[in-house]
Amino acid sequence: MSGQPNPRVGLFVTCLVDAIRPQIGFATIQLLEEAGCVVEVPQGQTCCGQPAFNSGDDADAAHLARQTIAAFEGYDQVVLPSGSCAATMVHGYPELLAGDPVWAARARAFAAKTHEITSFLVDVMGFRPDGRRLSASATYHDSCSGLRDLGVAAQPRALLAEIDGLEMRGLEGNDVCCGFGGTFCVKYSSISNAIVTEKAEAIEKTGADLLLAGDLGCLMNMSGKLHRRGAKTRCFHTVEVLAGLADGPAIGEEDRG
Amino acid sequence: MTAAQPSFKARAEAALADRTLKLAIDRTTGNAERKRAAALAAFPEFEAARARGKAIKDHVIAHLDHYLEMFARNATASGAQVHWAADDAEARAIVTRICLDAKAKIVTRAKSMLGEEIGLPHALADAGIERVETDLAEHIIQLAGEHPSHIIWPAMHRTREQVADLFREGHNPPPEAEDPATMVQSARRVLREKFLGADIGISGANFLVADTGATCTVTNEGNAELTTTPPRIHIVTAGIEKIVPSTAHAMALLRLLVRSATGGELTQYTTFHCGPRRPGDADGPEEMHIVLVDNGRTKMLADEFREMLRCIRCGACMNHCVVYRQIGGHAYGGTYPGPMGSVLTPVLDGLAGSRDLPHACTMNGRCQEVCPVGIPLPTLLRAWRSRGWREGLEPGAVRAGLGLWARLARRPALYRLASRIGVRVLRLFGRGGWIGSLPLAGGWTGYRDLPRPPGRTFMEQYRADQARKEVRK
Repeated sequence: MSGQPNPRVGLFVTCLVDAIRPQIGFATIQLLEEAGCVVEVPQGQTCCGQPAFNSGDDADAAHLARQTIAAFEGYDQVVLPSGSCAATMVHGYPELLAGDPVWAARARAFAAKTHEITSFLVDVMGFRPDGRRLSASATYHDSCSGLRDLGVAAQPRALLAEIDGLEMRGLEGNDVCCGFGGTFCVKYSSISNAIVTEKAEAIEKTGADLLLAGDLGCLMNMSGKLHRRGAKTRCFHTVEVLAGLADGPAIGEEDRG
Repeated sequence: MTAAQPSFKARAEAALADRTLKLAIDRTTGNAERKRAAALAAFPEFEAARARGKAIKDHVIAHLDHYLEMFARNATASGAQVHWAADDAEARAIVTRICLDAKAKIVTRAKSMLGEEIGLPHALADAGIERVETDLAEHIIQLAGEHPSHIIWPAMHRTREQVADLFREGHNPPPEAEDPATMVQSARRVLREKFLGADIGISGANFLVADTGATCTVTNEGNAELTTTPPRIHIVTAGIEKIVPSTAHAMALLRLLVRSATGGELTQYTTFHCGPRRPGDADGPEEMHIVLVDNGRTKMLADEFREMLRCIRCGACMNHCVVYRQIGGHAYGGTYPGPMGSVLTPVLDGLAGSRDLPHACTMNGRCQEVCPVGIPLPTLLRAWRSRGWREGLEPGAVRAGLGLWARLARRPALYRLASRIGVRVLRLFGRGGWIGSLPLAGGWTGYRDLPRPPGRTFMEQYRADQARKEVRK
């Protein structure tokens, strides 16, 4: 950890946030700046390579790993609004490039300064949001990669606990996969559907106004299922709520802007 | 595996449509999950025990030849006959030859997944030998003419209501009532007759103890003892990875195995079988044969699946697997289901026929989290995916789609342009905030709505913001 008060942070937006929910990227920038970081968005980024990595296409995954490392290794810290993409960089890149004499060490150094946003804010920056208010109830789903590969569990809850008026409700099976699994959800769509149906039932049972999570892939899966079922649960990425955007459109609500 | 067998997807579809199956799976895995959690909560040393268990297995795997030779020497010294089987066919041949040489008519068998792996039930039937499964769950699936769907609870796909039907037809006289206690009593009565009349008893082994030459079985029903003690001959079939240096090491692994499997602290029966009956012994078999089976295991030693040899067959990975809990064990199509099965089945049956298994996983990591010997199951599943990709087993459409995506992702400027166009095209398919139906994406929109992207990507908006800031400066 750098321990610097004003680290230069490279933001990896993630391909899903770039295309589907840009607001998550801007909320991440807002929080990072509030925490004292100097944020830049390197233009050499595309996708972390996880679809190739998880499909067994190691050559393309390694190419994207090298491309991403080259674009970001000059920063003090690298931050992503996704535990899943962050886990690919932290664990997958060193694994993919382990046999490469030049890139193995660069991958390890890169992995050491790459963070999921909520854990970065809490563990590295010691950040606590101030003066937030939201009159709502919410439940939180622990996205698997962030939870198990990076230990993201207490940090988002600690940040959300700082929001006045936000009532957090427990979710049964909060640490059970939602059935997204990247390409899994379309390759084995009926199995994925059975899994996300159980997840949606558990979410609806909480009666919470909001569903929060730290990965857009999971959120698209869960929000899409909730909407198909006619549930009224509004779905947000954790950083959107922390950035005070929960009064605006949730995922799947028409952007009035 | 034959080409005529329905595909994994077809089997999964059938399982998903079977609501009784889902009820049975939920009952058993839900119980297993709760009991394991309670057992761990009462066992604060679990992490230390897991580290020790992993170290024991890693040590044995690194010195497998040494410990196997030690085991064979000591087992032989105890009076047992040790046989080596390179594959399933050899193992079947050895066991049936022993049975035929002994002119065995009835063979009792205590539950053994290795026995299933080598196809022993069929081999015995083909040799004209009556096989009696003595484990209650195996008894149930024998009546139903099925294969195990779980490595700890082979009949977990059957509800107790279905078991009552099976017993009513299969037991003579049928059970007097359908409560579990009466049904168990009925099975006990049926099986007791067979135990005493069997010529040979066949068991597996949870552990092979190198320094004593003993084999260890653990059960909760006592059927392994009744299977292995009264008959004239006891045959053990075991995978070579079951070896442990000493009894103390077996006990260290037993602490992990039982808690992870059933949530108990110890099985009701833990028996070490060391050689045949000695002069002066009150009971025990006259002959003891131990068949040590390789069947792909030494090959795993040398490849990326080596860590899978640590597996102690507890079933925790499948109990905690979201996919297993939807489709059950039979859909996997191999001897071993769930995450551990998805790693092992390609080893045993070949990747070409089981390509779906390593892919039918969300990579959520819960299996690795609960594994009592820390097997990195998602990493091993990914290793199969890599091998499938290298060997060209992936469907052409997947390769083409991923190839196109990768060509774009490798060129950031082109990728940004493609994303800008992509979100605009995507928007055309929806109204309001959602897309309810999207061509070529039925896997998604057949089941759930897709959030409709806003008109501009993050990168477009960000670059525009930066340009405005530049102007202001």
